[in-house]
Amino acid sequence: MSEITQAFAAAAAMIAGLDAKLVEIVTLSLRVSLAAVLIASVIGLPLGAAVAVNRFAGRRPLIVVLNALMGLPPVVVGLVVYLMLSRAGPLGELGILFTPAAMVVAQTILILPIVAALSRQVVEDAWEEYREQLRSLGAGPAQSAVTLLWDTRYSLVTIVLAGFGRAAAEVGAVMIVGGNIDGVTRVMTTAIALETSKGDLPLALGLGVILLALVLALNAAAYWVKEAAQRRLG
Amino acid sequence: MLPLELREVSFATNGKRIIDAVSAEVVAGPRTVILGPNGAGKSVLMRLCHGLLRPTAGRIVWCGANGARARQAMVFQRPVMLRRSALANVAYGLKLAGLPRGERVLRAEDVLEAVGLAHLAGRAARVLSGGEQQRLALARAWALNPEVLFLDEPTANLDPGATRDIENIIGQIHASGTKIIMTTHNLGQARRLADEILFLYQGRLVEHTPVERFFRQPASNEAAAFLREELPWA
Repeated sequence: MSEITQAFAAAAAMIAGLDAKLVEIVTLSLRVSLAAVLIASVIGLPLGAAVAVNRFAGRRPLIVVLNALMGLPPVVVGLVVYLMLSRAGPLGELGILFTPAAMVVAQTILILPIVAALSRQVVEDAWEEYREQLRSLGAGPAQSAVTLLWDTRYSLVTIVLAGFGRAAAEVGAVMIVGGNIDGVTRVMTTAIALETSKGDLPLALGLGVILLALVLALNAAAYWVKEAAQRRLG
Repeated sequence: MLPLELREVSFATNGKRIIDAVSAEVVAGPRTVILGPNGAGKSVLMRLCHGLLRPTAGRIVWCGANGARARQAMVFQRPVMLRRSALANVAYGLKLAGLPRGERVLRAEDVLEAVGLAHLAGRAARVLSGGEQQRLALARAWALNPEVLFLDEPTANLDPGATRDIENIIGQIHASGTKIIMTTHNLGQARRLADEILFLYQGRLVEHTPVERFFRQPASNEAAAFLREELPWA
């Protein structure tokens, strides 16, 4: 019991003192996951909207696949990206395996289906309501998609934050393609896994607390943004 | 682009015939009211004319069909407002119509003034009352300066005061030279607003007559029964 208490105390001290190692790990985590969520959003939001407003052959299977991919196991994504980026793999020449870039690639693949599938759902629900009005005003599919993305922006923020939460919290993919190299590719989740197995509980706990706080703060922000928008814009 | 000619127009969906071989010529000038009980096919007929639905048989012919769509506008029973200000909703329609940016705001302000919403121009459209939203929908359509304005039960969800406002605005739009084609199941409204009646019953066009004759001396049993308010609300 006292060991846990001591660990908490040490963790609090590290957080309060902005321990250099802690800061480095947290910063890398944020950089990697923010880059991944940015790329996934730039691709996923338009993709979701396009699927929502267009009718084409293979649309239903595509939606089923997108929805299914939301549950991609991170270790499987890590394995596949590892194979692609490894020396003998098709993208081996890039030489980015065991770098933060590889981690961004893996996390992007992991959360792209989340962003695309959920935004498809949100935009399509709005499309049901808006379709006749937009067509009457002369909007084509592309224009409609842009309008719907803008009109559902507050719901989309929640989706993007969900994607970020998933990226920041996963451990399997970044462990495999990043390698958990100290000072290079060590992020919060891989550090927690390692420090726990080493028995260095204060650092693991400190990182855990920060990770939890981060996820909590994000969700609070998303909730608040949506509430405020709904009150103001209806 | 008028007259609008319907040649043996039919529309069926899921094996059910909604519109049954309707032929009519709608000319410029008089306010045309499509009257009939619920389920008669009024809204579907209007959507066919506006091009939101395609007839499964027959043809809809606009005189000089080129670009006919751009010179029509439609106001729906339940207005669909974008999540932006009242002014921006009107400007959005003008943007799709290809009006240069500078002129959009000026035109939108003018037309909001005309429908009595100038003081709410900056308010979010979705938080306006039902009557205000419907006036805004009329403003958005009117701003396009359409040759033909379709109105689908524009006052069905409104109280008497708001209904009077809407009817006044429809009168103004008519006076400004726009052809009015609207649906209603409300006899009082048809009497107040119509110059000619298209009476629809079970998907068939039963009568097409000037309004005085329709109310004084309906030619069909169905219309006579509807006027006595005996038709079942199908």
